[in-house]
Amino acid sequence: MKIRLEYASGTLIAKIKGEIDHHTSNELRTVLDKEIMEKSIKNLVLDFDKVTFMDSSGIGVIVGRYKKIDALGGQLMIIRAKGQVDKVLKLSGIKKILKCREEVSINE
Amino acid sequence: MNNYMRLEIPAKSTNEAFARMAVGAFVSQTDPTIEELSDIKTAVSEGVTNAIIHGYENMSGVVSIVCRIDEDMLEIVITDFGVGIENIEKAREPLYTSKPDEERSGMGFTVMETFMDDLLVESKLSEGTKITMRKRLKSR
Ligand SMILES: Nc1ncnc2c1ncn2[C@@H]1O[C@H](COP(=O)(O)OP(=O)(O)OP(=O)(O)O)[C@@H](O)[C@H]1O
Ligand SMILES: [Mg+2]
Repeated sequence: MKIRLEYASGTLIAKIKGEIDHHTSNELRTVLDKEIMEKSIKNLVLDFDKVTFMDSSGIGVIVGRYKKIDALGGQLMIIRAKGQVDKVLKLSGIKKILKCREEVSINE
Repeated sequence: MNNYMRLEIPAKSTNEAFARMAVGAFVSQTDPTIEELSDIKTAVSEGVTNAIIHGYENMSGVVSIVCRIDEDMLEIVITDFGVGIENIEKAREPLYTSKPDEERSGMGFTVMETFMDDLLVESKLSEGTKITMRKRLKSR
């Protein structure tokens, strides 16, 4: 798994590539939390365009970040999830609590 | 087709990806659909991860994975010799986790149940846990 970070006025866009499982989710959690803490991030966009696999460990990381961002008054959005990843997201029910879109658009 | 494979791996998190890919490669012989294959890999990932983080609590141990294909029926058995499950019924409930502080979502068993046709969980405290999953491969 690789993570590329981009910033756009208070919004962190994390472009993730590869597979999110128990092994890789620890790094994802650490990287995102460091950015949220140190860069006063308000909104977080997780770009899943290049994520080829995710299991329940990924759900745990997303829900954990959602709680943090929500407590800070921001929004968490997932974009471009597809196939297996989208199926796991749907099953988890988190598509009901946070925004999932094809492309970025915060505060529309 | 009639075939089987047996895989034994140490309980290391790097082996989660290896295990699901190995099972995926084995199942590929039956020419499954992309969705069937990703369902199976996801279920294997959940079972092996549970063995590592719950069964062995991130300590050393051995995880065994046996796959059998009998015509259009796939059976996957994942076994650990770890702590075992006290209350299987409760453990299988959606959103139940014994490790909420580690940001687990309690979705593993639900994923296995949903992505496979059926799931059998057998466990004994301090002896270990064996899960048996079956899926009928429709693509053939
Ligand atoms: N192999 C195992 N050995 C011991 N306990 C287990 C094992 N597998 C599952 N459990 C118990 O069953 C519970 C539910 O498992 P499940 O996979 O559904 O959720 P989780 O692993 O806690 O969270 P998630 O899978 O969403 O990360 C676990 O929290 C654990 O207490
Ligand atoms: Mg689990």
